[in-house]
Amino acid sequence: MAKKFLSGDEAFAEGIRLARPEVISAYPITPQTIVVEKLSEMVENKSLDSAFIHVESEHSALSCAMGASAAGVRAFTATSSQGLLYMVECLYYASGGRFPIVMMNANRSTALPWNIYGDQRDSLSQLDSGWIQAYAENAQESLDLALMSYYIAENEKVSTPFMVNLDGFILTHTYEEVDIPTQEQADTFLPKYETDNKLDLDAPKNMAFSAGPEHNYIFKYKEHIGMKNSVSVIQEAEKKFSENFGRNYSGLIDAYQTKDADYIIVTLGSIAGLCRETADKLRKKGIKAGVLRIRYMRPFPAKEIAESVKYAKAIAVLEKDISFGNEGAVFTNVNSALYTEQVSVLSYNFIGGLGGRNISESDIEHIYAEIQRGTKKVNFMGIEVAE
Amino acid sequence: MAITAKTLCKDEFFYGHKACAGCGGSLAVRNALKVLGKNAVAVLPAGCMSAVGFNFPQLCFANNAIISTFAGTASMLTGIEAGLRRRGITDFTAVGFAGDGGTADIGIQALSGAIDRNDNMIYICYDNEAYMNTGIQKSGLTPFGAKTTTTPAGENIRGNIRPKKNMFEIVAAHDIPYAATATVGYMTDFLNKVEKASKIKGTKYIHVIAPCPTGWGIPVSDTVEIAKEIVDCGLWYLAEYEKGVYHITYQPKELTSVSDYIRKQGRFRHLTDADIEMIINSRNQKWEKIRKEWA
Ligand SMILES: Cc1ncc(C[n+]2csc(CCOP(=O)(O)OP(=O)(O)O)c2C)c(N)n1
Ligand code: SF4
Ligand SMILES: [Mg+2]
Repeated sequence: MAKKFLSGDEAFAEGIRLARPEVISAYPITPQTIVVEKLSEMVENKSLDSAFIHVESEHSALSCAMGASAAGVRAFTATSSQGLLYMVECLYYASGGRFPIVMMNANRSTALPWNIYGDQRDSLSQLDSGWIQAYAENAQESLDLALMSYYIAENEKVSTPFMVNLDGFILTHTYEEVDIPTQEQADTFLPKYETDNKLDLDAPKNMAFSAGPEHNYIFKYKEHIGMKNSVSVIQEAEKKFSENFGRNYSGLIDAYQTKDADYIIVTLGSIAGLCRETADKLRKKGIKAGVLRIRYMRPFPAKEIAESVKYAKAIAVLEKDISFGNEGAVFTNVNSALYTEQVSVLSYNFIGGLGGRNISESDIEHIYAEIQRGTKKVNFMGIEVAE
Repeated sequence: MAITAKTLCKDEFFYGHKACAGCGGSLAVRNALKVLGKNAVAVLPAGCMSAVGFNFPQLCFANNAIISTFAGTASMLTGIEAGLRRRGITDFTAVGFAGDGGTADIGIQALSGAIDRNDNMIYICYDNEAYMNTGIQKSGLTPFGAKTTTTPAGENIRGNIRPKKNMFEIVAAHDIPYAATATVGYMTDFLNKVEKASKIKGTKYIHVIAPCPTGWGIPVSDTVEIAKEIVDCGLWYLAEYEKGVYHITYQPKELTSVSDYIRKQGRFRHLTDADIEMIINSRNQKWEKIRKEWA
């Protein structure tokens, strides 16, 4: 293992190099661009033996990746924001075709107004697209997810595409020290991709077909079960990862001081670090604060979330998203989990960080204060609205 | 050896499908696959050919075949070609069969990208001159004057007011290794072009006229005749583009009557003699250019 000082994008590219995709097709967009540049460099200097395809759009990027996956090889693409939205048709196609493609998405605001900075509205708008969705917190986790994502997606019981989300700029462009496994180590962890779901000259197949009302629902049900099956495969992957690399991950959620917490912030991605620091400070003042970071939005950890917050007095769902006319999508998902798991806890929504707006420590302190006091159901951080 | 009706492979690769009687598109796909053989890996976007051929559990291709997104014929071919190559497989032909809409409209970007990269594939556009699968709407390859459900012929407008996009020359302008035009009416010409394309490395494009009795308003028994006549009357031409040079592969001694061709088809029923005169004029201009530059 070697240590290097890398940005989230660079760390992810290192992870992809170690995963050895046979085909890479991607189109540049800030703040993802560094990933495609790095991978191109790796192909050039032969540290990565891959076909790098200069597609002319994101729709083609994912369509090409599906072609490669249908040909039976490991495929990678990466995008962000407008690019993700541009390829939406292919997202559903890839999951329906059970193509275990891995895609990195640099979480970025969506136009209009144009904005290149980070929020999570791009990927959260695609919760129903049939992709596993993981949200990384730091550069090391990004690299590790690059490796684990293929392990999980390609498991034949899962066979589901995998989107790894990195907060735009805050994670994609921030440098940290990262452990990079050797190729040998990576190869022991991640086997070569083998599948029957491929074109085969000896036993020709018709793939990506139509299925009418009498069969369609069976395919959709199986797709759902494939995604559900990923839960145990995520555990298996993390166990094997820990044995190989000595780094531990905690499955669908990452709970911090939640066991005895009265007040918990539930959130995604890189903001969790600041939430934990703030929680530590509050604990010194005698306030039992905790943080629950959702690592996977799909499959959704309903039970795990309900279990972690059931003794709390109140929770705040802090998210960089809004479903217009309703509330944040994470909030809706969390509330639904609480209701179905019959956990009764006060829950509040804090919508912040849109278009890359900074979320400061005092903002987080404010959230903890507000949920102790009781506040509006849905709060737009930084905007005071009369009730 | 040149392909003739006698030498054409007897095996079938596209059968049991639900295309209408007399469908020109299914004829093009069926026979092209006979030329390319069992190792053809076919990509078909949304459109009539995928709609009639891939209804689970009635799957109609004996070779490997896959439906792509409507816009994604070429990009999916690129991925398949790269993927199979990475698996060490070399004895296959990646071939796309896309409609006129899937080619000249929604799929033109992906096609342009593939040609730009010179990805190794044959892209066959079966041109029935409208979006047939959705019920005969105008595409970029619908000819001037044709009535479709989105270009109705009424008091004010007599069908489609724009000429066909010139896909053959658009593709050639990319400096593609090989491009050709064809028609299912002159089947051996088409199939020999497919055969020729299969021997060339890089991107190949073949644009084949494939009449649709349903959309054109012709008897189902007339597909082949009308597909000959479109060439004979000069509204379509058989040509190739290779190594930067255009040349015509069939020189009709004398162009037959445009009016006869038009008057046989329901989609043109509303056209006036003056409309047909305009069509003849533009044909003549095109042929003047062809004779001068492509001879
Ligand atoms: C993105 C997208 N837009 C629209 C459609 C609907 N659609 C399916 S087939 C088709 C028309 C296809 O026309 P063409 O490519 O000419 O093929 P044809 O049906 O005539 O053989 C349309 C509009 C679709 N499947 N996908
Ligand atoms: S509508 Fe036309 S193109 Fe479609 S299957 Fe019928 S004849 Fe063929
Ligand atoms: Mg058509």
